[in-house]
Amino acid sequence: MATATVANHDSASHDHHDHEHHDNFVTKYIFTQDHKMIGKQFLITGMFWALIGGFLSILFRLQLGFPEMDLSFLRPLLGGWIDEAGKLDPTFYLALVTMHGTIMVFFVLTAGLSGTFSNYLIPLQIGARDMASGFMNMLSYWFFFVSGVIMFISLFIKTGPAGGGWVVYPPLSALEQAIPGSGLGMTLWLVAMTFFIASSLLGGINYITTVINLRTKGMSFSRLPLTIWAFFLTAVIGLLSFPVLFAAALLLVFDRSFGTSFYLSDIYIGGEALPNTGGSPVLYQHLFWFFGHPEVYIVLLPALGITSEVIATNSRKPIFGYKAMIISMLGITILSFIVWAHHMFVSGMNPFLGSIFMFLTLIIAVPSAVKVFNYLTTLWRGNLIFTPAMLFSIGLVSFFISGGLTGIFLGNSAIDIQLHDTYFVVAHFHLVMGSASFFGLMAGVYHWFPKMFGRMMDAKLGYIHFWLTFTGVYLVFFPMHYIGIAGFPRRYYSWTNFEFANMYTDLNMFVSVAAIITFTAQFIFIFNFFYSMYRGRKATLNPWRSNTLEWTTPLHPGHGNWPGEIPTVYRWPYDYSKPGAEEDFIPQTVPLSATPESNLPHEQELVKLELEIMKEDEEVLVANESKH
Amino acid sequence: MEKELKYVDMVEQPISMHPKKFALWLFIVSVVMVFAGWTSAFIVRQAEGNWLDYDLPQIFWVTSGIVILSSISLHWAYISAKKDNFIQLRLGMSLAMILGVCFLIGQWFSWKALVASEVFFVGNPAGSFLYVLTGMHAVHLISGLIFLIIVLISTFRYKVHSKAMNTFEMATTYWHFLGALWIYLFMFLLLNH
Repeated sequence: MATATVANHDSASHDHHDHEHHDNFVTKYIFTQDHKMIGKQFLITGMFWALIGGFLSILFRLQLGFPEMDLSFLRPLLGGWIDEAGKLDPTFYLALVTMHGTIMVFFVLTAGLSGTFSNYLIPLQIGARDMASGFMNMLSYWFFFVSGVIMFISLFIKTGPAGGGWVVYPPLSALEQAIPGSGLGMTLWLVAMTFFIASSLLGGINYITTVINLRTKGMSFSRLPLTIWAFFLTAVIGLLSFPVLFAAALLLVFDRSFGTSFYLSDIYIGGEALPNTGGSPVLYQHLFWFFGHPEVYIVLLPALGITSEVIATNSRKPIFGYKAMIISMLGITILSFIVWAHHMFVSGMNPFLGSIFMFLTLIIAVPSAVKVFNYLTTLWRGNLIFTPAMLFSIGLVSFFISGGLTGIFLGNSAIDIQLHDTYFVVAHFHLVMGSASFFGLMAGVYHWFPKMFGRMMDAKLGYIHFWLTFTGVYLVFFPMHYIGIAGFPRRYYSWTNFEFANMYTDLNMFVSVAAIITFTAQFIFIFNFFYSMYRGRKATLNPWRSNTLEWTTPLHPGHGNWPGEIPTVYRWPYDYSKPGAEEDFIPQTVPLSATPESNLPHEQELVKLELEIMKEDEEVLVANESKH
Repeated sequence: MEKELKYVDMVEQPISMHPKKFALWLFIVSVVMVFAGWTSAFIVRQAEGNWLDYDLPQIFWVTSGIVILSSISLHWAYISAKKDNFIQLRLGMSLAMILGVCFLIGQWFSWKALVASEVFFVGNPAGSFLYVLTGMHAVHLISGLIFLIIVLISTFRYKVHSKAMNTFEMATTYWHFLGALWIYLFMFLLLNH
């Protein structure tokens, strides 16, 4: 059955191939089923959202850094949200923070990162014509698009977008009377997120199916590039955690619109008791964080996978500890589901339970450290080539270390009680999750741009972009640790009423200025991206001299990726600088029998087996030829 | 060098399962996670106290029986399809679907029984949870019914037979899963109310 199936799959894609010249604009660029175009759609949409999310953060950084500032000049854009005195509306401040979080976590670092690179790279790197279901894949993008449109509309409604924080805890998010943002804005937020969950599940199911079922011959799991391992495990996490977010959100919808009391109990508004009794807001937190913590790794793992690939290629060295990398990613995948309550140390849960979650949380330090050491040992004494992608990958490792260390503090419930919901937490997750994943995204774009568009991005602009962003990120988030230890709580509109806050005014101002510079630097990238797409230097077929399969496709691969048969894989993807080899890289498609000079003793033994298999394949090919 | 590069397309894949079938199983996993979320929430919330105690509607025993019968008739249809016995195939499928509709009607009556015993959707979460669990299960069952209707139409075009079982097998998998999901929910409610 399997043989027939695969044959079907291939003949179907061959048909596509034949029809390709008839593609019109709509089927090629809009309702496309080609995984490469869908990946690019995710990327461009993700970039759009990153600009919006970044811009929102600049708005609230202005408020935090310069609380006395006259913001009247923003009135053409924000209208009534700037009052007569030129001050930002406090409830809109909450909405800004909420939307910044929602947009960055979901639209940029989940859809923009996973959506782009899982779609683009999985079929290319495992040797498949396309995803298991091109239609579902198309649907996944358009659900994401609809979700984005709804979220975008919610930015402009009269009562403002959702304002309860990106975690939308009830009762704040459940009661319209609580804040203006909990009205229509929150409803739109929930609708948008429902579409987003559907999009993620459609995408994730496709990624998993494709990786398991459509690998080319010889592409065993032990020969998969680490990127694919990362995307695969990310999709598994998403498949298991997004449904739980849906479960939590649906109960919230019932509470908001149908009057149930899943999360609401004993609430008084203006001295009047609400009819809701028997609900538990902590229940929502459990459900949300059962999704929310794995989501952190949905955001981070793809970036780590991309980094493994880029660092190995540009160190011209095999990745150090390939198996250890896989095992630690598996470990992170499993652990990510049993640590959620470390977000809830101050929610009044049983302290004994807290100690268990603290213990489990601290175990995550082990696989994370394994990954860091493996990156560093791969870099160690490598022939480093500092492409922009390489710099961004090294930047990721740096953030992963500096942000990860503070995670050890926050994972301890005793310290977390002091630091909970302060800027220390903000600094921690912006470094380890936000910036690290963003740098992974950037590394991926710089690295695979030649494959995506057949042209090179300008390296000099890339360097400027990197250094401005890298220093910018540290200038923004490092001081936040101090602000947090000093006791500044998150999500506060201003601290001018607190005496202790006075001595930190400069530091907040400094952070805001750094944030504006960092944000502005991103336009260098935007320019570089679009300019290079049309005017960049033409790329060679394998510009980074890399081993993986995507570089064996034509410069502009059509729908179906390889014009002829799909190449077979004979080795793992990290044969860089192999002793005895002519070149410092051996692509996965080169058989062991072709490289007797560099084979290790155990590989020499595999050569015989390989020759036998190749002979059988030859017969299959000949048989097929005669059939045609 | 070029000569060494062998291209092989028509070979057995590492795992011999139809990709779409596999995707269906993954979808089932996501449905399991949704209901796992709700049943866990049920337990967590119940442990906090202030929990309304009420008797489950007796009709659940009947609907559980119906759902099992429905699965049995669909399995009969499956065996018939394997033997290319189209009359029995359509009969079995129709029977399974009719029983599916009966199940839904039965669930509706269970809600009526709940309302009669003053357990409402709006009120103590103990009751709300029951409505959510049965209601969302019913929504999934309707999607299963639609799937079966599509497959039934294709049997009239002779697209389902012993050599083309993929879609039909997917529909049966999904239907049996939905039946099993109900049995799980019922057992869960019996043990935890």
